[in-house]
Amino acid sequence: MMILENATLIDPESERAFSGSVTIKDGVIATIHEASDAGGQETDAGARVVDCDGHCLAPGIVDIGVKVCEPGERHKESFRTAGEAAVAGGITTMVVRPDTVPAIDTPEILEFVHRRAVQDSPARVLPMAALTRGRSGREMTEIGFLLDAGAAAFSDADNVVQDNRVFSRCLTYAAGCGALVIGHAQDPTLSAGAAATSGAFASRLGLPAVSPLAERIQLERDLALAEMTGVRFHVDQLTTAAALPALHRARDAGFDVTCGTSIHHLTLNEIDIEGYRTFFKVKPPLRGESDRMAVVEALADGQIDIISSMHTPQDEESKRLPFEEAASGAIGLETLLPAALRLVHDGSLSLPRLWRHLSLHPARRLGLDSGRLTSGAPADLVLFDPAKPFVLDRFSLRSKSKNTPFDGHRLQGRVLMTFVGGETVYVGDG
Amino acid sequence: MGFSARHLLGIEHLSKAEIESVLDLADRYVAFNRQSTKHSDTLAGLTQINMFFEDSTRTQSSFELAGKRLGADVMNMGLRTSSLRKGETLIDTALTLNAMNPDLLVVRHPSSGAADLLAAKVECAVLNAGDGRHEHPTQALLDALTIRRAKGRLHRLTIAICGDIAHSRVARSNIFLLSKFDNRIRLVGPRTLMPTGIDRFGAEIHDNMASGLRGCDVVMMLRLQRERMDGAFIPSEREYFHRWGLGSREFAMARPDAIVMHPGPMNRGVEIDGEIADDISRSVIRDQVEMGVAVRMAAMTLLMLSRRGRPPDEDLPASLPTGIRSGDPHR
Repeated sequence: MMILENATLIDPESERAFSGSVTIKDGVIATIHEASDAGGQETDAGARVVDCDGHCLAPGIVDIGVKVCEPGERHKESFRTAGEAAVAGGITTMVVRPDTVPAIDTPEILEFVHRRAVQDSPARVLPMAALTRGRSGREMTEIGFLLDAGAAAFSDADNVVQDNRVFSRCLTYAAGCGALVIGHAQDPTLSAGAAATSGAFASRLGLPAVSPLAERIQLERDLALAEMTGVRFHVDQLTTAAALPALHRARDAGFDVTCGTSIHHLTLNEIDIEGYRTFFKVKPPLRGESDRMAVVEALADGQIDIISSMHTPQDEESKRLPFEEAASGAIGLETLLPAALRLVHDGSLSLPRLWRHLSLHPARRLGLDSGRLTSGAPADLVLFDPAKPFVLDRFSLRSKSKNTPFDGHRLQGRVLMTFVGGETVYVGDG
Repeated sequence: MGFSARHLLGIEHLSKAEIESVLDLADRYVAFNRQSTKHSDTLAGLTQINMFFEDSTRTQSSFELAGKRLGADVMNMGLRTSSLRKGETLIDTALTLNAMNPDLLVVRHPSSGAADLLAAKVECAVLNAGDGRHEHPTQALLDALTIRRAKGRLHRLTIAICGDIAHSRVARSNIFLLSKFDNRIRLVGPRTLMPTGIDRFGAEIHDNMASGLRGCDVVMMLRLQRERMDGAFIPSEREYFHRWGLGSREFAMARPDAIVMHPGPMNRGVEIDGEIADDISRSVIRDQVEMGVAVRMAAMTLLMLSRRGRPPDEDLPASLPTGIRSGDPHR
């Protein structure tokens, strides 16, 4: 038994922050005690008591769309390094992407991933599986077997299934199995070869660019097929204003559609790539400031449900190239929380509201009982100081790859302790 | 004055004064190059390496000649076919060369930003000889020199840049340079070859040659960069020539004393009628080639000033009046 006392509790369900304490027993939250409540708190002589010193205690972050490069590219990231980075960033569940080498597209590979993850990662790992074999958009994977093996969701990641007949069959079959399908809203023909978002800025740098409308085009198709098939559908990252009305219509019509966005699209914009800085090259490319603001607003008013790190490790060699030739992607496990806190510090979101997007909504969408601060929920918790300032040094990060766009940035918010299933998996150095 | 930066990567961040100092010095190199003895020791002892990751006979020979006339030791590396095929990255190649202590790297590369990337990694000066569709600063400088000598000034002119703007680093560098000098810039071409948001660069966009060329002082034609195109941008070359090629009918819309420019190499019958290209009373295309060597000599001299600490004047003919050669570029 463990008691975390004198904490500021962040409850995303009731959207409240209040002082109190949490009692953990057998890996789950036993009781929540609010300081203003009358009556004493349950105590136990053998209990370990942690004084939280007024810092924030919240459900652990559930991060959908983490790339751990196992199998295939362990030199970029492994379950051990990703897991350590995750818990240091307050993430207690990583939902990992299937765009590995080979793709996670058979029950056997999924089991391998599961075994490796349990062995090495201090954070919980839920693997996603590919929707089509080899993520090649032609034949569907064994969705049923993969579900039985524990696939949390199905996605071809950034490979969009272009053939509408193949895609609609996959969605229909998945709907029958009750599976969640995650789509990537980016027209692959328009975005082929693009390194930036089209506009005056990309034209000045002379970079091949894709129109922001490529997102809306793909989203409209995906939502139409979701409507046709009745599948549970999630959009991995929505990043442009022009795509929002389509999402709004689909949800108004009552379809089972949710939507995420990436921390990088919430906190950075296309101007950041000035000087051809390849650590800012992500997929889809960073957008203009008006799109960024529209996405923040859509998050604040509840149209966008989930924030993800879209953690994508790349080694130095694949980034030390001219911008067009460099690999896409940025790591984000350890910077998700401090970057997201920018939205709190600038007044866009309240802290409990932010936590809906970081833990409650993703957990709920995946059917997990975590992500909540309530008795009976797993004791996956993060204790953090939201105001603590620091300057990020990328070489201090725990990921094997160091491709963060926030190197040298001033950030606020440090994780003090992380708990998974009641076990202390991370203790910060203050 | 020299350059404020150690490298010459683009026109965008140059000041008017820096541009004018290149052009003034280049004017003197034009005269120098017309002498029978055209050798100076301005860059003697310095090593210049031309790294061309894209084939370009004319630009490479222009840089080579410029370096040799200034007395530098010039080495040419055709890199399109060598180490990159063996998997060596651009940075590795640069660091290898850097270890040989060159003083100047002249770089041509198919990717935008490649010259910026190199400049961040090597100790010597980097001169961008064209990166992707980003910038080609010496081309814009030689175009400016050509215009200044032909029209007698570099300001308050109406200049039409026509054709494949989207794939053209020449267009970008020229837009940056000419807009610093208070000119009216028109961009003329099919919309598929017009970069997005280019209207925000302070240029007018024209869909057809007649309106684009009306009353122009300078008509700058661009090469249709077929090798950079990955798909259909135009229906056919004959339709392109019909709508956006420069023939005598289109050229008649410009001012009677307008000049025609082209960065070369030309696709005759695709973007320009051969007769106009060869009309020496209107076409300054061959002058551009001559100015190219002089401008590159000037740019390299100024870039190397900090290394040499020696004024460039010693071997040059006494100063010449600059920019007053109006109407007679063919002395």
